[in-house]
Amino acid sequence: MDKRKEPLIHITKRGAVAPGRAWAIRVGAIIAALLVCAVVTTLTTGINPFAVFGAIFEGAFGTNRKIWMLLQNMAILLCVSLAVTPAFKMRCWNLGAEGQVLIGGLATASCMILLRDALPGWLLIAVMVISAILAGAVWAGIPALFKAKFNTNETLFTLMMNYVATQLVAYFVILWEVPKGAGKIGIINQNTQIGWLPQIGSSKYLLNILVVAVITGLMFVYLRYSKHGYEISVVGESERTARYIGIKVEKVIIRTMLLSGAICGVAGLLLVGGTDHTITTSIAGGRGFTAVMVSWLAKFNPLMMILTSFLLVLLERGAGEISTNFGLNRSFSDILTGIILFFIIGSEFFIQYKVNFRKTAKEEK
Amino acid sequence: MFDVVAFIPRAVMQGIPLMLGCTGETLTEKSGNLNLGTAGVMYVGGICGVIGAFLYENGAGASKMNGFLAIAIPLVCCLLGSLLMGLLYCFLTVSLRANQNVTGLALTTFGVGFGNFFGGSLIKLTGSEVASLALSSTSNYYRASLPFASDLGWFGKIFLSYGFLAYLAVVIALVSSYFLKRTRTGLQLRAVGENPATADAAGINVNRYKYRATCIGSMVAGLGGLYYVMDYANGVWSNDAFGDRGWLAIALVIFTIWRPNVGVLASILFGGLYILYLFIPSSNFAIKELYKMLPYVVTIIVLVLTSMKKKRENQPPASLGLAYFREER
Repeated sequence: MDKRKEPLIHITKRGAVAPGRAWAIRVGAIIAALLVCAVVTTLTTGINPFAVFGAIFEGAFGTNRKIWMLLQNMAILLCVSLAVTPAFKMRCWNLGAEGQVLIGGLATASCMILLRDALPGWLLIAVMVISAILAGAVWAGIPALFKAKFNTNETLFTLMMNYVATQLVAYFVILWEVPKGAGKIGIINQNTQIGWLPQIGSSKYLLNILVVAVITGLMFVYLRYSKHGYEISVVGESERTARYIGIKVEKVIIRTMLLSGAICGVAGLLLVGGTDHTITTSIAGGRGFTAVMVSWLAKFNPLMMILTSFLLVLLERGAGEISTNFGLNRSFSDILTGIILFFIIGSEFFIQYKVNFRKTAKEEK
Repeated sequence: MFDVVAFIPRAVMQGIPLMLGCTGETLTEKSGNLNLGTAGVMYVGGICGVIGAFLYENGAGASKMNGFLAIAIPLVCCLLGSLLMGLLYCFLTVSLRANQNVTGLALTTFGVGFGNFFGGSLIKLTGSEVASLALSSTSNYYRASLPFASDLGWFGKIFLSYGFLAYLAVVIALVSSYFLKRTRTGLQLRAVGENPATADAAGINVNRYKYRATCIGSMVAGLGGLYYVMDYANGVWSNDAFGDRGWLAIALVIFTIWRPNVGVLASILFGGLYILYLFIPSSNFAIKELYKMLPYVVTIIVLVLTSMKKKRENQPPASLGLAYFREER
């Protein structure tokens, strides 16, 4: 008989997993994560963790205004997540959403500042929309072009483009600062409201939410039912197969990245033209990176992203409430977010693989 | 007038955290792990050092501090903290085969949050008016340079005015470079990063290499955070002060085309580019913002050029960013 010991555990890949089972594992992971969060909260701060969780909900849903803010933040995050999704599905890691949003916002702001006297309001808005989309697309298109032509690493390239965009915005902010020496632009066209996107109904956030809802639907259809969407999945699954069946991989890469950048540009437009009416270097607020997680957690499914972006925004919005209620620092919610993410990331393993423990000799008899 | 003697030490001090981050990340990437969590790891390294120093300073009292312990305690805390971060990353990406980009970004969120939370809490404990925490007695030990350095004029200023961590950083970078290029273990590590399946077939334990390289890499990167707080910032921790240096370190890895020995000079160059705007005799603040773009633009150019030339020794590790599972094809 073979004397060598069988390893304690060995891992096998599961076949198709029933969606119900997969979601059960994910929900289990979130519950485990919340338990760990609770323990960490008690250990580090000595505060009853349920009070903290309660405060998170209070911060997110407490008042009407808070709910609107939650929806607005969710809409923008969802928009950026939708933007990066087609690229990710193609296994093209666009980590440059942050920069693409900034550039889209910068284009919007520059139209609002430079053309405010030259064009009538409706035309200005049209120009803003076009320039924001173009700017975002160009910012994503440059790395895509090099990726397609020379196979330049797009993860690193897009990452660097973020900082170029940030400094470009910083440059223009100082160039256009109001008043001189303030270091910020302030509300653009505060009195005339030229170039502000129209307000629908009673809330200035409703327009953004509607636009993003439409994009969500379109993206779902685009990825699931269109020829382009099919090509994206084939390139993502196997580039060689794609070439073999006659898909022009370079073309798909560039086209998809342009689309990705364009939607980021829209997010920039909504932020600058729709709600903030100003531009700062932090206007994207790290959403470009959070969006990577939103998209990945949802398995690149646009409809699922509604849920995952909600989860992340909930934690972010709750952070403020925690800090005021318990005198904790805002960063505490980053720690909680990190813990929850680690658990969800880890849980994917248990969905795809099965862990088999070594059978003891007794069982084998 | 451009003051070179003042500029170079500033550039070096700015460059050392980048050098440590870059060396650590290069070691990590050579094993095929693209750890985008470096920014978070450096934060954790920094704050763990601060916590250690804080406890020791308050425990022993500033007058009774022992030089050796004052250096050793924060150092060990920093290494432990960053080691744990490295282990976490490895557990998720190597053992659980999670996506490296997502894990790295989550690690950054967590690490930066961890740093700012504990930093903020310590600041509140001291009850100081300003939003920062000063550990000047510990910092003095870290910043101690050779006693005769100041007598040597410009030479002493440019070469001998730094704390011991700066020289340690250079040594670590050179040793890593030697290790990667000239030792068998280094060769095997590179094999794991280039083609794990082949390495596995050759009898190399892929997971062990990935774990070790990433954990050691994280510890080196964590030292960058410690250097920043204890030496560059004179022992003053304020939240978010570390900024985007972690990402700059990742840029530096590309810029040096995965060579830690190149990183010694390149990080000083980056440090110089990072603070060049302070030395430009111009009152135009807008232009200065454009100067800050330089390190990133230079990195992009290097990235594009290396990919265009396709010289095989200048490419990223071939399996960078991919998880390895033996049974998968």
